[in-house]
Amino acid sequence: MTFDSNAFLIIFTGSLIAISCGMLGVFLMLRKMSMTGDAISHAVLPGIVIGFFVSGSQRSLEVILGAGLLGILATLMIDWLRKKARVQLDASIGITFTLLFAIGIILINLFAYKVDLDQECVLYGEIAYLPIDLWITKSGLNLGPRITWLAGLNFFFVSGFIYLLFKELTLTSFDESFGSVIGIPSKGINLALMSMVSYTTVSSFESVGAILVVALLVVPPATAFLWTKSLIPLLKVTVILGVLISFFGYYLAYWLDSSIAGMMVTVAGLFFGASVLLNRKRNSSKSGTSPLPQSFGI
Amino acid sequence: MEDFVYFFTFQDPSILWVVLGITLLGIGSAYVGTFSFLDKKALLGDAISHAVLPGICLGFILAGEKNPVYIVTGAFVSGGIATFLSTWLKRNTKLSEDAIIATILSVFFGIGIVMLTALQKSGNPEIAGLNTFIFGNAIGISEKDLMLYGGLALFIILVLTFFLKEFRLMVFDREFGDSIGFPMKSISFSFNVLMILAVVIGIQAIGVVLMAALLITPGSAARFWTDRLGTLLILAALFSVISGVMGTYISFVLPQMPTGPWVVVFLSLIALISFLFSPKSGMLFRFFARKKYLRKTHREHLLKALYKALEEGRKSLPIEEIYELYPYHKPQTQSGIKDLKQNNYINQNQEFIELSQSGISEAMRIVRLHRLWELYLNESMNIAPDHVHDSAEQLEHLLTPELEALLEKRLNYPALDPHQETIPRDRP
Repeated sequence: MTFDSNAFLIIFTGSLIAISCGMLGVFLMLRKMSMTGDAISHAVLPGIVIGFFVSGSQRSLEVILGAGLLGILATLMIDWLRKKARVQLDASIGITFTLLFAIGIILINLFAYKVDLDQECVLYGEIAYLPIDLWITKSGLNLGPRITWLAGLNFFFVSGFIYLLFKELTLTSFDESFGSVIGIPSKGINLALMSMVSYTTVSSFESVGAILVVALLVVPPATAFLWTKSLIPLLKVTVILGVLISFFGYYLAYWLDSSIAGMMVTVAGLFFGASVLLNRKRNSSKSGTSPLPQSFGI
Repeated sequence: MEDFVYFFTFQDPSILWVVLGITLLGIGSAYVGTFSFLDKKALLGDAISHAVLPGICLGFILAGEKNPVYIVTGAFVSGGIATFLSTWLKRNTKLSEDAIIATILSVFFGIGIVMLTALQKSGNPEIAGLNTFIFGNAIGISEKDLMLYGGLALFIILVLTFFLKEFRLMVFDREFGDSIGFPMKSISFSFNVLMILAVVIGIQAIGVVLMAALLITPGSAARFWTDRLGTLLILAALFSVISGVMGTYISFVLPQMPTGPWVVVFLSLIALISFLFSPKSGMLFRFFARKKYLRKTHREHLLKALYKALEEGRKSLPIEEIYELYPYHKPQTQSGIKDLKQNNYINQNQEFIELSQSGISEAMRIVRLHRLWELYLNESMNIAPDHVHDSAEQLEHLLTPELEALLEKRLNYPALDPHQETIPRDRP
């Protein structure tokens, strides 16, 4: 088997995306906000479309700004619906993301003749075209695929964010009130996390699609959680899973000739399923069958 | 406008069919959605609706064409697997519910996307129809599809109506249902079946991604208008039918527009209106009710202050002294004084304010309630006299005449409160 530079690039980029998403996802999961992450990744769509429409290109700052703003807007809207309008949490998440996503789809159809952005691209992205989409400077210097650079930048920001705010993130995830008492602005931290999630969604949406980002946000952390309960190993296992997912995802997709992003998610699902089954065995052999909860004898 | 008339007079029989279909479908999913909303399982519907995609693709592969029976069966099976997995995982792992739902949703959708792209590359010309499942296209539904989907929707509506009592028990008090011998497990199970069915038929019109809105939004919007289950169901169905027909109309006028997003936009609009403007629980109403209540309490505090001055032997208070009693609340105090003057509770003489005859009896009522409550807390609740004031400060605005009579009777028409102050009463 020879070294295939295209395959390497795709797997490398996929890993970067999966790792950035996974690390943020760990904190989302610990805060029981996995569905909020799902909502945000749907909700950034109108921001992307408007940014795209204003600037005329996918690679502009406007797109990232628009998506970031929409991500924060979605978080605030969920919060507003829950606290001010007193809608229960699951319903406020459902209403928010469906409305914003619907607006996004309408905008795409409205601007369809002006922007080169279609529903399929938004849904499942195309990481396969990555090696031909090169970033060439004005002087003609070829710097390699653009999306890889984007993913790298995103990875850099996400790991910097987690490294710098590790203490704050951990504290507010486990004990929000204690964090507030010792002076950590838990709301600010929460909003910062949400904007990182939206930024990650935007920089990944071209390659894996806005919806499949959710899978990378949620599934690796959930799988890792089945194996370990402490935070640092949780992050490590998530990172390893991210790399494995993109490696096997690429080759399986290549072999079956289908969407790489979709296959990455399928592989993630397989890892998850295997972990559930293995852990079930491990737990039951360790402790025997768990005792049934006692009912009240009358 | 011509389109509007053409569409809503149903001159075209196919439009009539589509509208009929979307009406049945909207009612069905609104019914199911309202129950799942009340059961706090709204997002399970989202997971199911994403999870039917692989089943749809499988049905397509097996049938080789867009055969509604195959597709509905496939979707039903994969939706069922997803529902089963979510309850199984909840029981057998320590993952939180939202992580489980998000995992199932994204993994199933990912598998669906893999199958969809593989199908697209196979070059089958029929494949174009499959894309409509992602965002829905009500106009594209053929009459044959409609019979199946409409029939299923009718089935859901009938089952939910006939077994309303059982499903009501499931949502509101499962333990009670168990204890009086209803098979709650089978009821839950059949509800899950109905939910999957609703999703399966709903995605035709609204698409996989946005189906959650059709389940969640009508119920939560209707919840703002009523507390009764029957009314709730009817309202939810009405909201969803209105949005469904409007969405269909938009994709009739602008054929490139998918139906789903527009249905969702109309639904959300109705929901927003409900959140803001509904009487009793709408935000606007609650805002004004709170304002009104605050004004009332401030008025009563003013009366009390004047009465206390009267007890100390001062018939009137200078207006500046009243302002100083409530620092930083001068505007509120001013409007309170204005209100009291309009009710003839107080008279203003130059810069001095004194209670009128009716003002004195109103002030006495409030002070009486305050002191009665203090005495009640002290005597019947064994709370120390220096701890009773704050509670009385709130309850004095809320105690009704009936409660007052009850307190008087319980305490045997006392003369003094725990602080040895007279409990004032009107002498007949």
